[in-house]
Amino acid sequence: MSDFDSEAMADAGVENPKLPPHLELRRTRVLCKADAPTSTDTVQYSGAYASLGVDNSLRFDDFRNNFRVQVNRISHEDMEFDMVGVDPSIANALRRILLAELPTMAIEKVLIANNTSVVQDEVLAHRLGLIPIKVDPRLFDYLSENDTSNEKNTIVFKLHVRCAERGQRLTATSNELTWLPKGSELLKTSESLTSTSKPETYTSFTCSQDSMPEFAGNPISVYPDIIIAKLGFGQEIELEAHAVKGVGKTHAKWSPVATCWYRMLPEVVLTEEIEGKKAELLKQKCPANVFEIEDLADGRKRATVARPRACTLCRECIRDGDDWEKRVSLRRVKDHFIFTIESTGALPPEVLFTEAVKILEDKCERVISDLS
Amino acid sequence: MEDLRNRSHADVDYRKLAAPIKSAVDKFQLVPEFLKVRGLVKQHLDSFNYFANTEIKKIVRANDKIVSSVDPNLYVRFKDVRIGNPTEALEGIVEDLSPQKCRLTDKTYAAPVLVDVEYTKGSHGGYSLLEKNDVTIARMPIMLRSCCCVLFRKDEDELARLGECPLDPGGYFVIKGTEKVILIQEQLSKNRIIIDTDKKGNINASVTSSTEATKSKTVVVMEKGKMYLQLNQFAKNIPIMIVMKAMGMESDQEVVQMIGRDPRYSALLLQSIEECASLSIFTQQQALEFLEGKLKKLPYANMSTGKEGRAMSILRDVFLANVRVIKNNFRPKCIYVAVMLRRMMEAILNKDAMDDKDYVGNKRLELSGQLISLLFEDLFKTMISEVQKQADNVLSKRSRSSQLDLSMLLVKDIITQGLERALSTGNWDVKRFRMHRKGMTQVLARLSFIGTLGHVTRISPQFEKSRKVSGPRALQPSQWGMLCPCDTPEGEACGLVKNLALMTHVTTDQEEGPLIALCYCLGVEDLELLSGEELHTPNSFLIIFNGLILGKHRRPQRFANTMRKLRRIGRIGEFVSVFVNEKQWCVYIASDGGRVCRPLVIADKGISRIKEHHMKGLLDGARTFDDFLREGLVEYLDVNEENNALIALYEQDATPETTHIEIEPFTILGVCAGLIPFPHHNQSPRNTYQCAMGKQAMGNIAYNQLLRMDTLLYLLVYPQRPLLTTRTIELTGYDKLGAGQNATVAVMSYSGYDIEDAIVMNKSSLDRGFGRCIVMKKYSAVNQKYENGTSDRILRPPRKDDRNKKGENPDWERMQILDNDGIAAPGEIIRPNDVYINKESPIITKGNPKLGGLKDSDYKPSRQTFKGAEGESCVVDRVTLSSDKNYNLSIKFMIRHTRRPEVGDKFSSRHGQKGVCGTIVQQEDFPFSERGICPDLIMNPHGFPSRMTVGKMIELLGGKAGVSCGRFHYGSAFGEPSGHADRVEAISETLVKHGFSYNGKDFLYSGITGCPLQAYIFMGPIYYQKLKHMVLDKMHARGSGPRVMLTRQPTEGRARNGGLRVGEMERDCLIAYGASMLIYERLMLSSDPFEVQVCRACGLLGYYNYKLKTGICSSCKNGDNISTMKLPYACKLLIQELQSMNIVPRLRLADS
Repeated sequence: MSDFDSEAMADAGVENPKLPPHLELRRTRVLCKADAPTSTDTVQYSGAYASLGVDNSLRFDDFRNNFRVQVNRISHEDMEFDMVGVDPSIANALRRILLAELPTMAIEKVLIANNTSVVQDEVLAHRLGLIPIKVDPRLFDYLSENDTSNEKNTIVFKLHVRCAERGQRLTATSNELTWLPKGSELLKTSESLTSTSKPETYTSFTCSQDSMPEFAGNPISVYPDIIIAKLGFGQEIELEAHAVKGVGKTHAKWSPVATCWYRMLPEVVLTEEIEGKKAELLKQKCPANVFEIEDLADGRKRATVARPRACTLCRECIRDGDDWEKRVSLRRVKDHFIFTIESTGALPPEVLFTEAVKILEDKCERVISDLS
Repeated sequence: MEDLRNRSHADVDYRKLAAPIKSAVDKFQLVPEFLKVRGLVKQHLDSFNYFANTEIKKIVRANDKIVSSVDPNLYVRFKDVRIGNPTEALEGIVEDLSPQKCRLTDKTYAAPVLVDVEYTKGSHGGYSLLEKNDVTIARMPIMLRSCCCVLFRKDEDELARLGECPLDPGGYFVIKGTEKVILIQEQLSKNRIIIDTDKKGNINASVTSSTEATKSKTVVVMEKGKMYLQLNQFAKNIPIMIVMKAMGMESDQEVVQMIGRDPRYSALLLQSIEECASLSIFTQQQALEFLEGKLKKLPYANMSTGKEGRAMSILRDVFLANVRVIKNNFRPKCIYVAVMLRRMMEAILNKDAMDDKDYVGNKRLELSGQLISLLFEDLFKTMISEVQKQADNVLSKRSRSSQLDLSMLLVKDIITQGLERALSTGNWDVKRFRMHRKGMTQVLARLSFIGTLGHVTRISPQFEKSRKVSGPRALQPSQWGMLCPCDTPEGEACGLVKNLALMTHVTTDQEEGPLIALCYCLGVEDLELLSGEELHTPNSFLIIFNGLILGKHRRPQRFANTMRKLRRIGRIGEFVSVFVNEKQWCVYIASDGGRVCRPLVIADKGISRIKEHHMKGLLDGARTFDDFLREGLVEYLDVNEENNALIALYEQDATPETTHIEIEPFTILGVCAGLIPFPHHNQSPRNTYQCAMGKQAMGNIAYNQLLRMDTLLYLLVYPQRPLLTTRTIELTGYDKLGAGQNATVAVMSYSGYDIEDAIVMNKSSLDRGFGRCIVMKKYSAVNQKYENGTSDRILRPPRKDDRNKKGENPDWERMQILDNDGIAAPGEIIRPNDVYINKESPIITKGNPKLGGLKDSDYKPSRQTFKGAEGESCVVDRVTLSSDKNYNLSIKFMIRHTRRPEVGDKFSSRHGQKGVCGTIVQQEDFPFSERGICPDLIMNPHGFPSRMTVGKMIELLGGKAGVSCGRFHYGSAFGEPSGHADRVEAISETLVKHGFSYNGKDFLYSGITGCPLQAYIFMGPIYYQKLKHMVLDKMHARGSGPRVMLTRQPTEGRARNGGLRVGEMERDCLIAYGASMLIYERLMLSSDPFEVQVCRACGLLGYYNYKLKTGICSSCKNGDNISTMKLPYACKLLIQELQSMNIVPRLRLADS
């Protein structure tokens, strides 16, 4: 990893007269001092260093050469990857889109037929809303205000639980939510009396969702084992939940990620040689085991930075007085992001990221088209 | 790190080695044991139990006979009295009552008072003696969880079956469905000499005597070097020497001897003696005659008091009533006066001898049992005289058909109603003692669980709150461990209303006779056998028992030690206090009720009697707290006896002089202050603020909260247990009935909407349920029955498809939520103007019943509609049907509204740091940490420097360490040395171990720019409370709207949709600014403009004649000089009101 860092540093100043090292350091690194981090901002202005003859403008070629993404860890629920060579604003834009603007399906409307549990109707509905639904939201449309709910914009679930055993408690979990591919089963009561033709329900599906190719062999489910309510003897919940498409901006339940964040790549530099007892002490100080002891040929021991990535910035190593702060310099690389996405389960994290990139692209295009 | 830890271990070891050999035993476990045995409101329960088991029997025994004055052979004698089980007799069927049932059906939770009587029946010829058992004479309201209550000694399951919350403390009453607490009343102690100065700076000695028969206040005052007696019955001050003479102490020498032969005392008495001599009073007879002349004239004169005269009887029965005169022996009373005089003189010679009225040892707490017994005694006597009167009435009639059965006359309504009225209004009226006290009971605060507990331990002051005095409000050193130093309200009642500390116990009365006998056995020389001279001889102490002088003892310390030894082995009651007052040369023994005391561990020469094996036994359940008491390991000390003790805070601090060791220091705080983590790190007013605010926090009220029908109920949807707990929290059950949530707080400035303590909230957190609350309001309706036999009726509502002659019923839409029975269905969403009960009332409700029943046309609709705010979606939560006390059907609706926090809602941490929600920000705009943690709310750092709530910072650190390592951290008050609070060092170590900075500050990225913030941010979880003040209940605006009839100005207050007043100060601003048109608009046009006709000739107001279309002056009788002008209606009203008082305001008009 350390090679990789030096490479990144070297890349920063290709074909350009180089900035003096102290300025270069401030341009590319956040310096995490004991009292406060400094040089946290990025220098955006192209002519910021013009007086030194350094061009600070962003060149597309440079970007293309420098930009890289490397996946460190991936599972169906979360991933961590390195994104190198972008400005924090870009990384942050992606993070914000992931949190707030990527659509998912979530339960929005709950029709309660019966609820004798201790959980109040609104609270129950709120809890249901927060259950992640494992379905690709791209297959659905938004339900606008004057739309009727149909198979293209609504997913209907049914929940009917009852604790029938005396002296027992029943825990209703999200497993009990059953998908109704044919739409709502509840009849609109007032209408049903007059019109004899066709009983009207709360949705108007033209076809069953499970006949659609996407869901044929792949029924829609929700995240399992989430407790919805606990029922005592004789208590019953009967309801229908309608999930629609939405974005996290409106309500956190539509956020496709549990959370999503990045951190800048930690860089730990020993500004002077630390040897012997001090090296031992340094190694001991760090709870994240960043430092290692290196045996030198002449039997001396020297501290080295073995795992800078593990640094959590607890600042233990620079806590005891100024001299330690002089010896150890904690930094963050400003254009290297360790990005983590924790999906709620609707879409795999890598898909979420690409979707987010698409949205960002859309936004950029809109800006461009508006400007031109 | 390892090295460091080793070193610190070595430190501890070294200290241990240096210390004398005594291992500190963790005595904390005693606190939960104490609370298990005694409970949080044990004072109330003990007091009520004492009344129910002992006091009531005493009262009845003292007044056990009703004898007819017409026929003295007819009598009723009460043999026994007891309180039965809480039941209710309904039309002959006896039904068990449970508190929950009473709450729901608006009944009084009461039990019958049963007596066994023996009575005679018959007439002149022969009388037969009859007996009757279990006669109900009254229904006594029962304190919950007392020994008469059905909840007594019930376990959790049984309580649940009765619909009761196991964590509920009890100690209150249920009167007509409302829960009533009798507040603890603070009073100056009775029957004790108190030396004080009055307003003029004169030194006086006062005794408030209280016996079963009378209450009186005797004051001896030193005025201009002479001593006088002040007594209500005398119109003027009486020279004290005359009083002495009247009591038979004719020789001045004897008085001087009694006071003590020290020339300083005699010199002080000289003037008084001279005054007496100058009035030429030398004999008892002369003195009594003098007193007779000074008596206040009674309104009903000619009250013959027998041959001895009124002055004598007053001296005997009223003057120092607590000192009994037996067989006309006034000597004890004389000695008592002498002691009073001596104490006064001591105070004159030495200001230190003055008593402090605010000293807790001079105070007594009157609890519900005592107050009820006072009331019961009075009512019982009233009943007896009533029965007697009735019996005499019947007997005095010549023509009697049947023999009088006295036992049938034992009416139960007087006592029942008297008790019920007193408890529900809080007015205690006892005619005998001329006692009229108001506000003794209060409706139990059920806003939060802690509020309830705090309410039951509250002490109501003796003084009125308006007095601007600082003394009683100040924190008293003697309050230590007895009364909470933090929990007092702000404002006018500050320092006067107090709260009990966690381990305080309030004593009940104890039998005096055996104790007095014991004292004599232990070598007290009887007062009767002493000469006046011997009274104050040095090297011997006066023994004063409950304010009564018993005699002298030559070896007081030995006497006190023996008494204490006897108490420790359980031969005398554990609450008897023995106090050797070296200054006054007295030993005070007290066994009276109302003293505050607390348990302490006994130490012998500084070594605790509690050893490891004792505590082990406690933990294993082999011992209880009572065993500790019985074995003399622990004892109760009252405030006075604490003066004889040297109490070490911790075992390691004990010196050989130490006599006691505290059980746990945090018990000096009360329940409310006990919730605060690290209160000892906070500025003290902050803890006081939190005590007031904890009572407004929303959360869980009780386990049965959803079964209750309170008028207003605030609940939190997802209450949590605080991450940073204290021992008190665990002891009180706050961890089970929390009132707040653990919010991740970042202390930083953000957005500018966080000034003045406002907080910025994360919208996603709110979406996920943070701070969500439920507000429930009760609406009720009664299906009234009327005197003519008619009653209301509830009808099936009209539906959309129902058509009558007029077509569709227009009301169907408002009645959609009604079931077919005409009552709103639970679970329905109710909107403003929806009908929740479709009720109709008969038009004619008086007179004779109509024959053939009522037709539909005889009813008028009296539907009840829901009046909520527009846009609020409320739900009918529950509907109960029950019968009320008049056996009408009463229907109650709980209407629920779920609210998520909005801008303006009030939140607070547990450190008196309240703030409103300033703005709500999207999560993506919020900062996030390296680990992806995003705060729930942001608090401005300016909240810290001036408030100095360091405890809050430690809470944050401890909470953060707690979530990292998965262990609840503790922050009990003063808990660091005993391990009940985590040390900051240890917390920091934990934080470091989990990769956080030791100081709790994290590296945060801005959510807006994506760049790191230029400071490390102090971030971690803090327990936040949502307070009941929400904007939704407060926001108000109005354009035009209702006006007051009288002045035609806009109404006042939100409830009446009133206007916002431009007050005097606002007006001043506008005047100063010169905005005249604005003033004109606000004060006239938008308020009460009125057109008047003014007569320019006479300056009076005229009227407008609409026929002639001119203004006419009614005094000039013409319309010649009429001008029309605008005036505020209130001004016109003022003019007319002045006219009605014969003042003529005239208006002089000029052209503008």
